[in-house]
Amino acid sequence: MAGSSGHSPSSMTTHLETRDLTIRFGGHVAVDSVTCAFRPGELTAIVGPNGAGKTTYFNLISGQLRASAGKVLFNGEDLTRLPASLRARRGLGRAFQLTNLFPNLTVGENIRLAVQATRGVHYEMLRVWSGRSDLITRADAVLGEVALAPRRNVAAAALSHGDQRKLEVGMMLALEPAVFMFDEPTAGMSVDEVPVLLDLIASLKRDRSKIILLVEHKMDVVRSLADRIIVLHNGRLVADGAPAEVIASPIVQEAYLGAAPGKASAA
Amino acid sequence: MMILSGDKPRSLVLSVLLAAVFLALAFAPFLFPGSKPLNVAAKICIFALLVASYDLLLGYTGIVSFAHTMFFGIGSYGVALALFNYGPSWTMIVLGVLIALPLAAVLALAIGLFSLRVQAIFFSMVTLAVASAFAVLASQLSWLTGGEDGRSFQVPPALRPGNRLFEGEIFGVALNGRVVSYYLVFVACLVLFLLLLRIVNSPFGRVLLAIRENPFRAEALGYRIVVHRTLANVIAALIAAAAGALNAIWLHYTGPETSLSFSIMLDILVMVVIGGMGTMYGAVLGAALYILAQNYLQALMGSVSSAAASAGLPLVPGLFHPDRWLLWLGILFILSVRFFPTGIVGRLRQRATKA
Ligand SMILES: Nc1ncnc2c1ncn2[C@@H]1O[C@H](COP(=O)(O)OP(=O)(O)O)[C@@H](O)[C@H]1O
Ligand SMILES: [Mg+2]
Repeated sequence: MAGSSGHSPSSMTTHLETRDLTIRFGGHVAVDSVTCAFRPGELTAIVGPNGAGKTTYFNLISGQLRASAGKVLFNGEDLTRLPASLRARRGLGRAFQLTNLFPNLTVGENIRLAVQATRGVHYEMLRVWSGRSDLITRADAVLGEVALAPRRNVAAAALSHGDQRKLEVGMMLALEPAVFMFDEPTAGMSVDEVPVLLDLIASLKRDRSKIILLVEHKMDVVRSLADRIIVLHNGRLVADGAPAEVIASPIVQEAYLGAAPGKASAA
Repeated sequence: MMILSGDKPRSLVLSVLLAAVFLALAFAPFLFPGSKPLNVAAKICIFALLVASYDLLLGYTGIVSFAHTMFFGIGSYGVALALFNYGPSWTMIVLGVLIALPLAAVLALAIGLFSLRVQAIFFSMVTLAVASAFAVLASQLSWLTGGEDGRSFQVPPALRPGNRLFEGEIFGVALNGRVVSYYLVFVACLVLFLLLLRIVNSPFGRVLLAIRENPFRAEALGYRIVVHRTLANVIAALIAAAAGALNAIWLHYTGPETSLSFSIMLDILVMVVIGGMGTMYGAVLGAALYILAQNYLQALMGSVSSAAASAGLPLVPGLFHPDRWLLWLGILFILSVRFFPTGIVGRLRQRATKA
């Protein structure tokens, strides 16, 4: 797939863009005129302090919130007014910061529902669900990718926090989207669980056709994975560029990373 | 297993109970001869189906409708008015059903599209309003509906008590039109119940469960939850209308009390909660238990009361006076909710998984 940076967006390549994207909650502007374009094959890390508007920016892109102003454009189509369901069908995948599962269904069923959604099996009423072996086979493959195969028959609510995070990501993988939005995927995970997820994100990068957005606080993770970093502060996009450059910039050093400039750029 | 849609009872006790209810209903005319037991059996069949269709909404989709009796009533009145006005023939039964079912579907679709995109509570309020308006309408349009008195009508000759399938008896029971009517009700209810069981165990049904669990996530996966909820509402309405049609055929009568009243709505709610929401099988047990209590608890209490009175016990005769049967039903309901919050079926399955 063609996807080198600087390539002009055509109908053939995946292209996601926000223009002056804004949302106000009462008087509070949570996302403020954010204009940014994302290219396939590029992993963009979105950083900024808590409350900066990162999750809200995701919600505007994937449709959980409607913009007060501005636009979301995807492959040349204006998605701004579309409900979340139709954006998901267009290929926008989302894993939530606050784990968001079907708690009383099993791990396998959670994944299978995502597979089913993406295969368009929405209204089939007269066939037995458990007889759809095509859905089960694909769900099993995804379970393997997120290392949850042994937990297949456990209710999602009964999983450990780390496993719930993996399931959250697994449901997005099962959608086979064109855009992956990870919202702090490793938050609260124990150290030994993190590598599985990082390997997974790295493997997605290898498929040069995908757009990957990653909100992440751990700077070592950002450094190792990101091709580009954008910084949000009070809802505004305040920095955008190559990782080394953004991390070294004074504004990031002082306000968001809290590290001494020399230390960060040396790493 | 094909016919059960792969959704097994998953508990030995539950399987035995369901088999017992099924066999009792399947052979009711022979096991419990007499007109009252047959009435009770037919009512259990019809309500098991009605409650199951309500469970599709409450238990599987997580929406609370108060319009279920309206759809039940539409089916009842459809068949009743066709037979009353145009004479007792099978054609009129078919005509009544062919008018009632589309009407129920269109109303359910309209209510769904109008209110299900807003909050769930709004849907509940709209169903309450529409159902109340419909009940008022049915009693006001007395030239058509017979008002509060309802309509009594003749059924096709094959279904009349005087009709004999053949001379002679089977196990001492004459196969008259009443028995034929009963089997019409029984088979229709069974087929429609199995259809519901199939629907809740289909890919569509699993999405309904997902929506009940977490509508926000279901939407994020790409499911249009308004469409799913509306479809569930339409299916539930169609089945309720079919149950209503069977009820009219069985009773040879339709009136507000037997098809539209709010007390039927309460009965449905009680049955679905006792049996266990979101299980389908719960509808069968809930309906059987509740209707048996409704019909025999009073008699049972009467005999306890008079026995206690003749034994000279204080207080007990008054406590068990047949007029207090609703009080006891209420107490039984509270106890069952307290001890089986997931209903009988939920409780039995829980025990089975632990064992
Ligand atoms: N639905 C909402 N209603 C009101 N305020 C909100 C809502 N969602 C987010 N906010 C506010 O928007 C700001 C950005 O929040 P968020 O996007 O969650 O930050 P981040 O993900 O960067 O930590 C916060 O001040 C938050 O309180
Ligand atoms: Mg956040």
